[in-house]
Amino acid sequence: MTSAVLQAINGVSLAALLFLLASGFTLSFGLMRVVNMAHGAYYLFGGYIGLTLAEKTGSFAVAIVGGGAAVVVIGFLIDRFLIRRTGENHLAQVLLTVGVAFVIGDVALALWGGDNLKVQAPAFLRGAVVLPGEIYYPMYRFVLIFFGVFVGALLWLLYHRTQLGAVVRAGVDDREQVNATGINVDRLFVMVSGLASFLAGMAGVVGGAFLTLYPGAEWEILVYALVVVIVGGLGSLEGAMIGALIVGLLDAYGRWLLPEFSYFVLFGPIALLMLFRPRGLFGREH
Amino acid sequence: MPDALLSVRGIHTYYGDSYVLQGVSLEQREGSIVAILGRNGMGKTTLIRSVAGLTPPREGEILFRGASLRGRPPYAIAQDGIALVPQGRRIFRSLSVRENLLLPTSGLARPRGGRWTLDSVLREFPQLAERINHSGGALSGGEQQMLAVGRALMANPHLILMDEPSEGLAPRLVQQVEGIMKSLREHGHAVLLVEQNFALAMSVADYVYVVASGRFVFEGPPAALAAAPDVLDQHLGVAGAKVN
Ligand SMILES: Nc1ncnc2c1ncn2[C@@H]1O[C@H](COP(=O)(O)OP(=O)(O)OP(=O)(O)O)[C@@H](O)[C@H]1O
Ligand SMILES: [Mg+2]
Repeated sequence: MTSAVLQAINGVSLAALLFLLASGFTLSFGLMRVVNMAHGAYYLFGGYIGLTLAEKTGSFAVAIVGGGAAVVVIGFLIDRFLIRRTGENHLAQVLLTVGVAFVIGDVALALWGGDNLKVQAPAFLRGAVVLPGEIYYPMYRFVLIFFGVFVGALLWLLYHRTQLGAVVRAGVDDREQVNATGINVDRLFVMVSGLASFLAGMAGVVGGAFLTLYPGAEWEILVYALVVVIVGGLGSLEGAMIGALIVGLLDAYGRWLLPEFSYFVLFGPIALLMLFRPRGLFGREH
Repeated sequence: MPDALLSVRGIHTYYGDSYVLQGVSLEQREGSIVAILGRNGMGKTTLIRSVAGLTPPREGEILFRGASLRGRPPYAIAQDGIALVPQGRRIFRSLSVRENLLLPTSGLARPRGGRWTLDSVLREFPQLAERINHSGGALSGGEQQMLAVGRALMANPHLILMDEPSEGLAPRLVQQVEGIMKSLREHGHAVLLVEQNFALAMSVADYVYVVASGRFVFEGPPAALAAAPDVLDQHLGVAGAKVN
């Protein structure tokens, strides 16, 4: 019984991390239909920058903001000078951004080496929290749940309750008509893409403090983020929330109940879902 | 015509390799309604899209208020004062009626201000006021058309491009569309109207062009078109149609 509860908390806290990464990915895809496979590399790179900043300044907050900001800069350059040239060619985008991810991964390997590195969490987040029923749980992962909910609520308000959010939603519906309404959709995309980059870099710092950072981590996390986005439906913020929860819980329970088949527990039900709802839970035809 | 609001000069427009507009010229005066008639697939929407910058012409030139639109992206053309009521309405389904209407007033669209505000648009279209918080996707066809026109007005444009506003509407609503266009003209807006509804176009337009296979085959006032049975028969299939 206790284990089942523990796994639920594990799943939800992984979901919080996956949401950070997948929310930006899904919104920037929804708006511009750009497939950016370098998102995992953004995560890893942001994490490493945060790691160094945390060592140098001793501040986790500086690490989070700095890791996010560094990825905003890199993401902007990659969008502007590389991805934009691919136009609407999704295959070219996938190949290009996979290549970009390898380059980022190699640069990170040269700078930070091949060991598992852990971002230093602040003292008050170390240790354990005692939950009702004498359950001891790592404080960091417990707080992460609230952080994920907080960021999710902020994004939800921004998306559904502000005029800027309405413009982005309109762009997801019909980009051309937004353009014809006098709004420079490319500039809008730079903003959304910047937000997505920031979230990815921040996720790297947050995730690096418990999953650690190492070469290859970018692809592992990318697979999870892609599954979240596909389950939730491309372009849907609510979909990213629900998708992250489903993936986080399936992963936690899969590892616990059927450790040899944990990938099957994750991908089996999702393959079934795709059979019946190919656009994901909240996806709409594009 | 020196006082032309819109002047289309010999444009050629393609979709990829497909050659659609084959040298089209048109003049429209400030505050007038010009109608484009023609059968399905003749290039009417392509003309509208050319003016809006969505499918820019490969050759030829479009002048709006004396300035060339060449190389200007659609959002800049919209900011210049050309609003689009597209074929099929293209309401933003994820936005409420209010958000749809307010979109052109977002800071990103560089709103110009003018007599059309949320209040005055809702007074013009009381149906929308009742459904202000509904999602755009939940409206009926007629309501969506009103919303598409209201959304265009919110930009306070000089020129409104309307692509088949009566398509799929009940006769009562077609009458309302007709009334709206006349009232827009009274308020000084010019309307470039594409219509399949012959009677509607003939009753509102000051000047009419007939397009066939990417070229104009007739231009003149509605009365002249009514008196050209060969054009009506060959290019519009309305020989003997009653003209009000
Ligand atoms: N996106 C596109 N790509 C290629 N060809 C197109 C495209 N859109 C339209 N066409 C072709 O261009 C021609 C003119 O189309 P257009 O939409 O301008 O016609 P229309 O007069 O508006 O017709 P309708 O009355 O059916 O709306 C048609 O032959 C059409 O098949
Ligand atoms: Mg058309």
